[in-house]
Amino acid sequence: MNVLHFVNAFFSDGAHWQGYDGIPQRFWEHVQYSVLALAVASAIGLPVGLLTGHTGRGGNALALIANAARALPSFGLLVLAVLLIGFGLLPVMIPLVVLAVPPVLVTTYEAVRSVDPAPVDAARGMGMHESRILFHVELPVALPLILSGLRSAAIQIVSTATIAAYVSLGGLGRYIIDGLYQRDYEKVVGGATLVAALALATLALFWAAGRLTVSPGVRRR
Amino acid sequence: MIRIDSVTKRYPDGTVAVDRLSLEIPDRSITVLVGPSGCGKTTTLRMINRMVEPTEGTILLDGEDIQRQPVTTLRRSMGYVIQNAGLFQHRTIVDNIATVPRMLGWGKQRARERAVELMERVGLDTSLAKRYPYQLSGGQQQRVGVARALAADPPVLLMDEPFSAVDPVVRKGLQEELLRIQGELGKTIVFVTHDIDEAVTLGTMVAVLREGGRLAQYAPPAELLSTPADGFVEDFLGADRGIRRLSFFPAAPLELSTDAVVPADAPAERIAAVGSPYLLVTGPDGRPLGWAERDRLTDGTVDTGRLLPYGRPFVPGADSLRVALDCAVLSPTGWAVAVDADGRVTGVVSQRTIGEAIRAAHSAGRAEDEKVAG
Repeated sequence: MNVLHFVNAFFSDGAHWQGYDGIPQRFWEHVQYSVLALAVASAIGLPVGLLTGHTGRGGNALALIANAARALPSFGLLVLAVLLIGFGLLPVMIPLVVLAVPPVLVTTYEAVRSVDPAPVDAARGMGMHESRILFHVELPVALPLILSGLRSAAIQIVSTATIAAYVSLGGLGRYIIDGLYQRDYEKVVGGATLVAALALATLALFWAAGRLTVSPGVRRR
Repeated sequence: MIRIDSVTKRYPDGTVAVDRLSLEIPDRSITVLVGPSGCGKTTTLRMINRMVEPTEGTILLDGEDIQRQPVTTLRRSMGYVIQNAGLFQHRTIVDNIATVPRMLGWGKQRARERAVELMERVGLDTSLAKRYPYQLSGGQQQRVGVARALAADPPVLLMDEPFSAVDPVVRKGLQEELLRIQGELGKTIVFVTHDIDEAVTLGTMVAVLREGGRLAQYAPPAELLSTPADGFVEDFLGADRGIRRLSFFPAAPLELSTDAVVPADAPAERIAAVGSPYLLVTGPDGRPLGWAERDRLTDGTVDTGRLLPYGRPFVPGADSLRVALDCAVLSPTGWAVAVDADGRVTGVVSQRTIGEAIRAAHSAGRAEDEKVAG
């Protein structure tokens, strides 16, 4: 019995491919949690990161908050949120968002900060408005780094979203937690494989997004 | 006309970058601000487009205080060129140049056409239009920077050490190009540099600033070289200002001697008639071949296989006394060779004759100064 055997057994079992506990359903739930958490984290991290990066103010405070947030254990936060709010999607979103905001925020801030000041000076000197400087001069150049921040946040979310199963929600964590409880290692390994596959798919997605959105002049290729 | 009226820039920490500076910058000419680092030249330039706001004093553009119009409107009426060009690396060359026209609301097509037109004007191959900045050399990038600044045809051009980051050969080319463009367009250019040679080459007027942002001297380059206002300006101009000043005297009045110029196939009696120890031998097309020493000729005629190199010739109608002197100094015989535009020899001139011409030019210059002063 090895891991590959478990994987093979899990995926070749027709029962795993249908119903509310089937792979498509659990996969889709996992994707939904992840996308929602990344969207909320981006809605917080991107604007704050862009603005502080552009003005260059508040960087130290940001680093402090981000580091503190990184130190929070996701699982502990989940338990705390459930105790305070009760079961549901919201207590799952809190640890995922707290996990994802620091990489998004800090990388965005650093990305905008590290843009060559010369083009920014030239843009300002030719009479460009500040918002246009941010979106048309700084953002396109900072984009590869910003995307890398989003990418690492997304990967962390995908792997951590398994904890949703602990509070009786769905997602791929279901297989891992149920499998451990039922001593069904086939299920555990299958679930873990799916999480890893989703993480790889996320990487591929961000690679494609980079190809599509980053100018060849910035990619230098 | 841009009028800087006793402008002071004092930073919150007490540093004074510019101290009660007053300057009148004439229209359609190049005014160079030059000085050592920390003299406030860049700060002064940046106050003209309000990238830096003065603490005291006013700046007038065509008689109107620049504070009275919105800052973006003011900046769009002035081209801005900086060191390292500051191109937008995510945009193609043509889109970089089209930036200001696009901001002013031009259509994409019209802005691009204008951009291509400007590429030609600044001497860039239009096949580079779709390239990105990283694919261009430093000198090419700087040309794009100039084209971008000129795109919306602003009456004023502010240039902050634009050619400092390129090598001397490219810099010389860019300077010549700027003078050519200025000849065609007649912009009001304010140009900042720390290089006094560049200031003298480009400036119609040169303002020398000293540390602490005070004006040391404001004069045309020839006057700056002939009569520095004080020890600081003299030191800043460097040891060879006398030689550099010769750039402002044309070589045309030099008295050329044709006595020593002989064709390669000249008979021995023609050569015997030459009074000087050296003969400049010319080919059948009139171009120089080299120098021959009269005392070393065998059988009194020229052997074209055994000539001394004639060095670099000068063109009296186009070159300055500085070039003529340089040619004479470099020549193995101490004589400079003068040629016409087609490269045919028009005569030769000795160091002594050039020295006399320099003295004559200086005394004429002094008489001119006295006339202006009186």
